[in-house]
Amino acid sequence: MISINIEKKLRAYSGQQWLKVNREFATGSITKIYGPSGVGKTTFLKMIAGLVQPEKGIIKVDEVTWLDTSANITLSPQKRMAGFVFQNYALFPNMTVRQHLEYAIDDTQWINKLLTIGKLETLSTHKPDHLSGGQQQRLAILRALAIKPKLLLMDEPFSALDPKMKTALIVELKLLFAELKLTVLIVSHNPMELEGLCDGEMEVDTEG
Amino acid sequence: MELSPIWLTLKLAGITTLILLAICLPLAWWLSKGRSLIKIIIEAVITMPLVLPPSVLGFYLLLAFSPQHGVGKWLHDVFDIQFVFSFPGLVLASVIYSLPFMIGPVKSALQQLPPSLAQASYTLGKTERQTFMRVLLPNIKPSLFTAIVLTFAHTLGEFGVVLMIGGNIPNVTRVASIAVYDSVENMDYGTANAYSLILFCITFVMVMGVFIFNKAHAKSPLE
Repeated sequence: MISINIEKKLRAYSGQQWLKVNREFATGSITKIYGPSGVGKTTFLKMIAGLVQPEKGIIKVDEVTWLDTSANITLSPQKRMAGFVFQNYALFPNMTVRQHLEYAIDDTQWINKLLTIGKLETLSTHKPDHLSGGQQQRLAILRALAIKPKLLLMDEPFSALDPKMKTALIVELKLLFAELKLTVLIVSHNPMELEGLCDGEMEVDTEG
Repeated sequence: MELSPIWLTLKLAGITTLILLAICLPLAWWLSKGRSLIKIIIEAVITMPLVLPPSVLGFYLLLAFSPQHGVGKWLHDVFDIQFVFSFPGLVLASVIYSLPFMIGPVKSALQQLPPSLAQASYTLGKTERQTFMRVLLPNIKPSLFTAIVLTFAHTLGEFGVVLMIGGNIPNVTRVASIAVYDSVENMDYGTANAYSLILFCITFVMVMGVFIFNKAHAKSPLE
């Protein structure tokens, strides 16, 4: 069980706004997060991963406190180890596809399995510059999964994939999520995109 | 013509570059992360040698490290180290003088990397140090190379500051730029020309090297 109760001040076009989220996510659930642009969906994911600090709040994952501002507890992103798929992929230009996964984990069998799921086996020696947008996005997903996280945070993870590849990947990912008993939060703009993958949804909005 | 000024110059530039590399990588990294008043002050101090006449810098170093008073006296009495009119003094002055040439390109390259690169590495459980060594540093190679070459070349060309703190002692502080000046003073234009030509060729080859190495990145060493 993941429980989140956080408040974050956002500087928006129309002045200051508050992003407030109070919500629980069951272990193993896959939740779609939606809301208007600039409302703080990415910030919300980053706060969970420990990359952005909220003004106040509590985040608990399986009874472990990741954040409690009133008790001055803030676990570093390194200790939280939440899998994160960045909207801009954040791939390392100096590393090949395989090196990305080797940097994340020392487990050849697991790396090979991930490469197969992402259909990147034949491109394992290529650097991100020599991959298409869709291939880069798949690598970003594989890298986040490589550490076998308990919680996976995905920011627009399928935006660059063609429909056929997306459908095939979603089938594989769903099996993998179940195998790893992963709790997944997926930010998406496209309401149709995640059909059949998510079992819950959450709207993010701000208060003026 | 004696070759010792050339060797001394190359030795000075090499040692200075190595010391600056060790100092500037962590310092540039720290400076590239966010802004604070203390960082602004430190950056201003680091940038000063870029705009200050070298003779001013040399003058203050001469005062500071004079064995008659202050820090220089303390160093001389306690550790028996003398920076004025010695090779270590030249190294110290060169490190301060060339600091902005090493730190500038490295810092701006680190700032230009998307913050999500380091963030992605942190979420994989990697420490800041691992992230710096494995992700950030390899991705600023062209700028790092530019910084190393510029620092080396800039130290080769030092004159005012080394003259002030080092003087003109053969085999100890008489570097090539001073040898040129000294030869001209003695009306020995032939020797001055020989030293000048060697310095010109070395620096030209180095700057060309930077252009060739960075061509793929379409970046001039002055950017």
